[in-house]
Amino acid sequence: MLAAARCLVHRDLLLALRRKSDVGTALLFFVIVASLFPLGVGAEPNLLRAIGPGVIWVAALLSSMLSLARLFADDHADGTLEQMLLGAAPLGVIVAAKAAAHWLVSGLPLVLIAPLLAIQYDLSASLIGVLVLSLLIGTPVLSMIGAIGAALTLGLRGGGVLLSLLVLPLYVPVLVMGAGSVDMAAAGLAPDAQLLLLGAMLIVTAVLSPWAVAAALRISIE
Amino acid sequence: MLKAIELTCERGGRVLFQGLSFELRGGELLRLAGQNGSGKTSLLRILCGLLAPTRGEVRWKDAQISELREDYAVDLVYLGHAPAVKDELSAAENLEIACRLAGKAVSAPEVAGALERMGLARKDVPVKKLSQGQRRRAALARLVLSAAVPLWLLDEPFSALDAAAGKGLEDLIARHVAQGGAVIYTTHQEVGISASRTIELAAVA
Repeated sequence: MLAAARCLVHRDLLLALRRKSDVGTALLFFVIVASLFPLGVGAEPNLLRAIGPGVIWVAALLSSMLSLARLFADDHADGTLEQMLLGAAPLGVIVAAKAAAHWLVSGLPLVLIAPLLAIQYDLSASLIGVLVLSLLIGTPVLSMIGAIGAALTLGLRGGGVLLSLLVLPLYVPVLVMGAGSVDMAAAGLAPDAQLLLLGAMLIVTAVLSPWAVAAALRISIE
Repeated sequence: MLKAIELTCERGGRVLFQGLSFELRGGELLRLAGQNGSGKTSLLRILCGLLAPTRGEVRWKDAQISELREDYAVDLVYLGHAPAVKDELSAAENLEIACRLAGKAVSAPEVAGALERMGLARKDVPVKKLSQGQRRRAALARLVLSAAVPLWLLDEPFSALDAAAGKGLEDLIARHVAQGGAVIYTTHQEVGISASRTIELAAVA
């Protein structure tokens, strides 16, 4: 069972490696969106410090949305998704592996590059630490919630727009807690409460979302 | 082994077939015939559990397949219309991954042997550089490694194959049936194997 999951993560990473442009596009999008704001609102340090965490988090949400539409669509088109449904491992495990691979390819790079972007907003080292930690806990939640939307909109025409409408509202709690943790630290308070709540979201979605995605996929594939 | 009981399938408000019952035992070769749109693919998808029938049920070894799920999945190979190979991966990588997902660990020599058997010499080239027929061969190579799986469900396996590859596939199917396996396939072509039974879908509807 775990062998199948490992095999699938390995396959998706291999595919990402052979299709580097897909990964690059989402990452570049994140960098550009987060860099537009300092250019747009001007170089007022206090203002930038205030909006920095929120802007970086919103850019992360949008960037993770970008690659979601193709999470299952490619596998659906070439027939490999059917083979996954008929695999030896329970569909929930397969789906969890897909979400994990999606995070490794499109979530983890955002976390790693965020400190560079935070410098544009003049965030202090300790705030950058909180920002990276919040992204590290929060971005896997985005991948897992997004997988539910991707499974529900699979095979629909104009599914991309529908997917955004479906998933972005569900991202709001993650955004509020993620950006909130950095604001809290900036105000000189401990960000523990927000980070713990983010952790709780991570655990709940990790347990529940694979089964929701599996059920949605079975419906979509009929 | 496989039992279909009073299957009815409706797609888009149209009844494709109704009250379809049959039983398939090991060593039998069943051909599904019918015009385009007569429900051959839908029937195969119902039989492997990807599609729920409107009415009726499919039983495998006297248990409903909707309850067996993975236990049934390891007993069957379904090769659908789409070849289920990834363009960016080579034929060897595709085959190894497909077998692993199906719960069968395979070694590199086994994979190479299976692809050679299907006459696919360019094992390490990304599949997108191969022709349609070669892609089919890459997908069908899975059957070489699936001799131990009792039930094969093949949707148009002969399409895009040349005479030599078609002959190779016929041999594979014949050997599987001789060894006690069961095969259900659809085809529009004249093939050199004779089915023990044929279900004509247009006649059922």
